[in-house]
Amino acid sequence: MIRLGAVLPLIRLATLGVLAAGCRAEAQRDPGRAVTLLNVSYDPTRELYTAYNAAFAGYWKQKSGQTVTVSQSHGGSGKQARAVIDGLDADIVTLALAYDIDMIAEQAGLLPADWQKRLPDNSAPYTSTIVFLVRKGNPRKIADWPDLARPGIGVITPNPKTSGGARWNYLAAWGYALRQQGGNAVAARALVTAIYRNVPVLDAGARGSTTTFVERGIGDVLIGWENEALLAVKELGPDKFEIVMPSTTILAEPPVAVVDRVAKKHGTGDVARAYLDYLYTEAGQEIAAKHFYRPRLASVAAKYAAQFPKVSTFTVDETFGGWRKAQETHFADGGTFDQIYQPGGRLDGDRASR
Amino acid sequence: MTASVAGLDRSIAVRPRARSTSEPRVVRWTLIGVALVFLLLFLVVPLVSVFAGALAKGFGPFLRGVRDPDTLAAVRLTLLTAAVAVPLNLGFGIAASWAIAKFNFRGKNLLVTLIDLPFAVSPVIAGMVFVLLFGAQGWAGPWLRDHDIRILFAVPGIVLATTFVTFPFVARELIPLMEEQGTEEEEAARVLGASGWQIFRRVTLPNIRWGLLYGVILCNARAMGEFGAVSVVSGHIRGVTTTLPLQVEILYNEYNFTAAFAAASLLTLLALVTLAAKRWVERRREDT
Amino acid sequence: MKRHTVLPGFGLTLGVTLTYLGVLVLLPLSTLFLKSAGLGPSRFWDVVTAPRVLASYKLTFGAALAAALINAVFGLLVAWVLARYRFPGLALVDALVDLPFALPTAVAGIALTTLYAPNGWIGSRLAPLGITVAFTPLGIVVALIFIGLPFVVRTVQPVLQDLEAEVEEAAASLGAGRWQTFRRVIFPAVAPALLTGFALAFARAIGEYGSVVFISGNMPFRTEIAPLLIMTRLEQYDYAGATAIAVVLLLASFSLLLLVNVLQWFGRRRALA
Repeated sequence: MIRLGAVLPLIRLATLGVLAAGCRAEAQRDPGRAVTLLNVSYDPTRELYTAYNAAFAGYWKQKSGQTVTVSQSHGGSGKQARAVIDGLDADIVTLALAYDIDMIAEQAGLLPADWQKRLPDNSAPYTSTIVFLVRKGNPRKIADWPDLARPGIGVITPNPKTSGGARWNYLAAWGYALRQQGGNAVAARALVTAIYRNVPVLDAGARGSTTTFVERGIGDVLIGWENEALLAVKELGPDKFEIVMPSTTILAEPPVAVVDRVAKKHGTGDVARAYLDYLYTEAGQEIAAKHFYRPRLASVAAKYAAQFPKVSTFTVDETFGGWRKAQETHFADGGTFDQIYQPGGRLDGDRASR
Repeated sequence: MTASVAGLDRSIAVRPRARSTSEPRVVRWTLIGVALVFLLLFLVVPLVSVFAGALAKGFGPFLRGVRDPDTLAAVRLTLLTAAVAVPLNLGFGIAASWAIAKFNFRGKNLLVTLIDLPFAVSPVIAGMVFVLLFGAQGWAGPWLRDHDIRILFAVPGIVLATTFVTFPFVARELIPLMEEQGTEEEEAARVLGASGWQIFRRVTLPNIRWGLLYGVILCNARAMGEFGAVSVVSGHIRGVTTTLPLQVEILYNEYNFTAAFAAASLLTLLALVTLAAKRWVERRREDT
Repeated sequence: MKRHTVLPGFGLTLGVTLTYLGVLVLLPLSTLFLKSAGLGPSRFWDVVTAPRVLASYKLTFGAALAAALINAVFGLLVAWVLARYRFPGLALVDALVDLPFALPTAVAGIALTTLYAPNGWIGSRLAPLGITVAFTPLGIVVALIFIGLPFVVRTVQPVLQDLEAEVEEAAASLGAGRWQTFRRVIFPAVAPALLTGFALAFARAIGEYGSVVFISGNMPFRTEIAPLLIMTRLEQYDYAGATAIAVVLLLASFSLLLLVNVLQWFGRRRALA
């Protein structure tokens, strides 16, 4: 029935295919020829980098005569960082939070620990903020962070333990409470706890939360990145949702970096650096703004002022003393997030594994 | 060779049974009814919702979704992966079931259980173990890097993870079948002077062919559909290391629901094609 | 039942089996144990017995057991109908059973959540009855039923097809009713396969992640499954902690499968004696 003769060539072919793909590792060292970059990024930047890669390829061809193709890889920010640590050959990383790139530096030593100082603006060429997406007409009258803590409000936000984006949401609420008159850690904890008690579903990722809110019709408000909210409104229903800007929110700074060791091995250091520099130019900023990220460049920001209302923001560095500390205090095992869900709100045996 | 005669009967799926070995009409239809309602609720409705999602905006977007170059690249990678994983596990399955079903030895239960193990390993873990093994921080990582061999985040890693996940299917299908059939026929053939290979081809294979086919089909379906383990080792490089299931997730996350469900229905169709192939083989068998 | 056989190929096939098993399964899995051993016994114990982790075991094993039991009952029924009866659309239904293997688990999760969410096609019909499926433990069970069904059907079906009609005819000619024949003749014959199918569905359900995360809601202490906790450990770059929980799940599945295999072996021995 299954004739070996018929199957053998197939096996041989398949084996060859695998070997060929496995040996693809040979790097592009000839600067005159085509070059491939791998940009490992997080979920919500797919559309941005698809557009940006095409623009950069045109720019680079004109500037150096070299043809550059940029491969994209997207996934949860932490998962992507782990893949790079474990050997995914990224020339460039563009992730959701600096902590993930810190970990690449610390655990794999692929780039120096002070990577964030190498490019302007904390290596974050574009920014975003955390906003609320509510149902059209804002039926529950949600205006600011304390409204999310009101009894009976359904809040949708992903799990900060599995989603980098969700950590921005969490810190935004915490930071807001700190910055109120007489705000302190106790008040912040109370506000954040009350908000999370209103969360019926903790999706594993940010886009999962968007789906829960938009497609499943669960909850009254979705906390999320401004760029994601703008995109969701555009893609999923301008007539069904609207965006509410809280009075104070966090400045989300998704950082970018060249992965030195990999780029050196591939001989792609120059083009990789040019790739990131181009993000800071007017053309690059324009693409970022078109994809709902807030540009840093004043001229482009002015052009898109209508899309990005002014809002008072704070950064992770100034309010939480950097990502590393924020991660340890809030999201590590036994941290403030876990305490919300501990019965009785106390620290438990979980502490041991910190 | 009564067993192989019974095998032929089976291929006609159901022959009219004598009254004494069949149930009354009412019982029969009740059972069929309950089974169908169960399948309807748990299998058909989800399937329909996938196809409905794929065709929600008509055939045009559906075809565009299917013809997207990244999706096509994903189809090719998925087929390549299955083309390696399935024959490997087929060969292993035959060898394992021969050793286990035809001979007695110590530790057989342990061996059978170890073969089952990949079924029970969480896909997350299945991916993770290969990262621990071949990752840059893993055991073989530094050596592989020095020799410029890529396993993780490249095709070999995807093939390995898939082979791991689908490892037991053929063996699992064959072992009980061959145990049930015993060794008398093979021993008779041996006494008549047949070689090992001849015994296998002429005596064993005809007896186990349906189990074998089931095993291959299941193995293939799972190989093409595996998501969790592959997701960990793939690196998600678009058009290069994304298999069809990963492509579905990517498209879904892009709010491109039509294309996502189109790719998912493509995957379902691939599975249905293997089943059609099974029917075809059966029919041809009957004709000859 | 030790008897010598004249059949050839034992050394070759066992050698192939052990090598392949060792390289492809045991070697990779051994990394789990080594990595988690790096924690040291007391921290290992702390990690795997933290209250939140214990709650997730309870949910994971409970939901997996419920799903596997339902699958055992309905899987047997489906296998019986497919193997014994002829009705229009039989071929199609037979093909459909493999669907859960073919559909990527993420797609299955999304499709099931779409259907069972409060505004979904099934969810909206259940809501007036006060039943919520999505984002509750019930939703997890539904997803696990979907994932595990083919295991039961496809292990039982070949055995049912293989049962020789003569045995049943003999039972009938001896005056046994149909139900009696089923209970006394057919069921004992398929019981081992059913048990295997049940164990496989159960073991598979313990580890399932992709489909469950969509429908479960992932609320700590309520709908958070153990594989999700592995993911959260990984997210904190805590490989050792992740492998520790993984080892517990793995050992649980392994013991379950071993138990079933040993039970069957005893069963066969008794049948032969």
